[in-house]
Amino acid sequence: MSVETSVISTLIAERFGEAIEEIGFSHGVHAFASPPDGIVELCRFLKDHPALRFDFLSDICGVDHYPEAPRYEAVYHLYSLPNKWRIRIKCRLGDPPRVPSVTGVWRTANWHEREAWDMYGIRFEGHPDLRRIYMWEGFEGFPQRKDFPLRGYKDELNPFGAEGPPPTQPDLATNDIPEGGRSAPGT
Amino acid sequence: MIFQKEAAPHREREMTEVTELMRPQGEALDTKEVLLNLGPQHPSTHGVLRLVLELDGEYVARVDPHIGYLHRGTEKLAESFTYTQIFPLTDRLDYVCPPSNNLAFALAVEKLLGIEAPIRAQYIRVMMAELARISGHLLITGALPMDLGALTALLYAMREREMIMDLLEMISGARMHTSFCRVGGVREDLPEGFFPKIREFCDIFPNRIRDYERLIEGNRVFLKRTQGIGVISAEDGIDLGLSGPNLRASGVDWDIRRDEPYEIYDRLDFNVITREEGDCYARWQCRVEEMRESVRIIEQCLDQMPEGPFQIDMPTIAFPMDKDRVHCSMEALIQHFDLSAYGFKVPKGEVYSAIEAPKGELGFYIISDGSEKPFRMKVRAPSFVNLQALFGVTNARYLADMIAVLGSLDPVMAEVDK
Repeated sequence: MSVETSVISTLIAERFGEAIEEIGFSHGVHAFASPPDGIVELCRFLKDHPALRFDFLSDICGVDHYPEAPRYEAVYHLYSLPNKWRIRIKCRLGDPPRVPSVTGVWRTANWHEREAWDMYGIRFEGHPDLRRIYMWEGFEGFPQRKDFPLRGYKDELNPFGAEGPPPTQPDLATNDIPEGGRSAPGT
Repeated sequence: MIFQKEAAPHREREMTEVTELMRPQGEALDTKEVLLNLGPQHPSTHGVLRLVLELDGEYVARVDPHIGYLHRGTEKLAESFTYTQIFPLTDRLDYVCPPSNNLAFALAVEKLLGIEAPIRAQYIRVMMAELARISGHLLITGALPMDLGALTALLYAMREREMIMDLLEMISGARMHTSFCRVGGVREDLPEGFFPKIREFCDIFPNRIRDYERLIEGNRVFLKRTQGIGVISAEDGIDLGLSGPNLRASGVDWDIRRDEPYEIYDRLDFNVITREEGDCYARWQCRVEEMRESVRIIEQCLDQMPEGPFQIDMPTIAFPMDKDRVHCSMEALIQHFDLSAYGFKVPKGEVYSAIEAPKGELGFYIISDGSEKPFRMKVRAPSFVNLQALFGVTNARYLADMIAVLGSLDPVMAEVDK
């Protein structure tokens, strides 16, 4: 535990009270847990506060904790260029995972969030252009989820894939996906 | 392929002066915006990148990069590999400078394990990472002029890059995918006859840098096409997540080697190169200067490198340096077998560890569940983030400027697509 942690956690506790939980300090990074609803406000506070100034968003990534519940997690890594501090914000998400987008705070969040959507199916609400980024449009399923087979599913293009149809997942060719995902054809 | 779209009336007013002048007086020209696919196979996209450009004449109205053509699922694959097996995967991220990627991954795992490599190993790793930085920067200092029509620079750059390849081959046996780092050290010690070779390189190379500068800095076409083109302000750069030389060219004085020193960088004396202009030329210049600093770092590494072990002495994590132990002791044999067959367990926890790779901040976020394989490994690839800066550039109005901007941002598509 270092001096910075107490500064950061005091300031966060003053502003947000119990809502933001402190997880601790390890390997040079201060970690906090936030509820999904408060993530934009927290990021804006961390970025704009004159004593903190976490102005650089290093990374956003999705994590799948299958079969635990809540299953998904969005992890944000921020860096403060003036103070040289690093901070990690973890945000546990239910199923289907949804979290407000932080593209309004940092423009660089755009592609990170598209990647997390593509790989884990985390919906970033308010994202201006939430499309797949690595996989092609129309690809079914979210490949980095733990229940997605490493070799993919068997079809005419992939004879070595796992047996069985892809799980029912929303059609990804469009942005307009209903809440529970679309039902599988024939049901 | 060229698609034609319906003319957008609101665009009419935003036309450039040049187009306005070209328009015949008195009659309205029927203009249409054109969608142009640049790539995925195009020499100036440095790999398989497809840019969908909305063109208004020569003017680029909108750019939409499509990536993923090289997606190999590195992160998903890593979840089924042991920690040692992941090293070759990291080689293939930024294939122009693999030793940096190896180093970044090794550091992350070492932090989780709570160990540190021996000092000699740290010097070897840093030296190799700096060789890789020169090799990566050489490629782009040659390739950017090539994109803009000056082919000669690339040929000279390749000549020097070959010297680095030879050095890396001497150390590891491989020219490109070295996989030389291990958790807790490096694979083997430096070979005999290596020091004179690398000293020779350090003597020759600074003069060669001067040659490139003389070749390019006096090239008026190159200057016209890069100076003042593709300007990214410091605020925009930070907002867009730029890092490395791309951000330093915009005047942000940030280098992870100096600000969060890892390995033995705190023992070394080097300058962090910054430029104020933030244009394509500044980014090119930053890289050239950084190569000079890298040579200084390598020379210091050679001077300071102590004798000693190159691997940590922990039989459960690293193979023993002395093979005879395995042949003479039953316990050592079992440990050796166990390590080769199953790998080593890493304590439960998570770590984010970033280094200053040639392209910028290369971070590995690893979540370990206590087994031999990572539960989740996320690569914060600098090229992936840097490529987004295409949205933030100003002053790049024409299609030809787009090529200069793309080249100066130096994305390596293997790293973008992971």
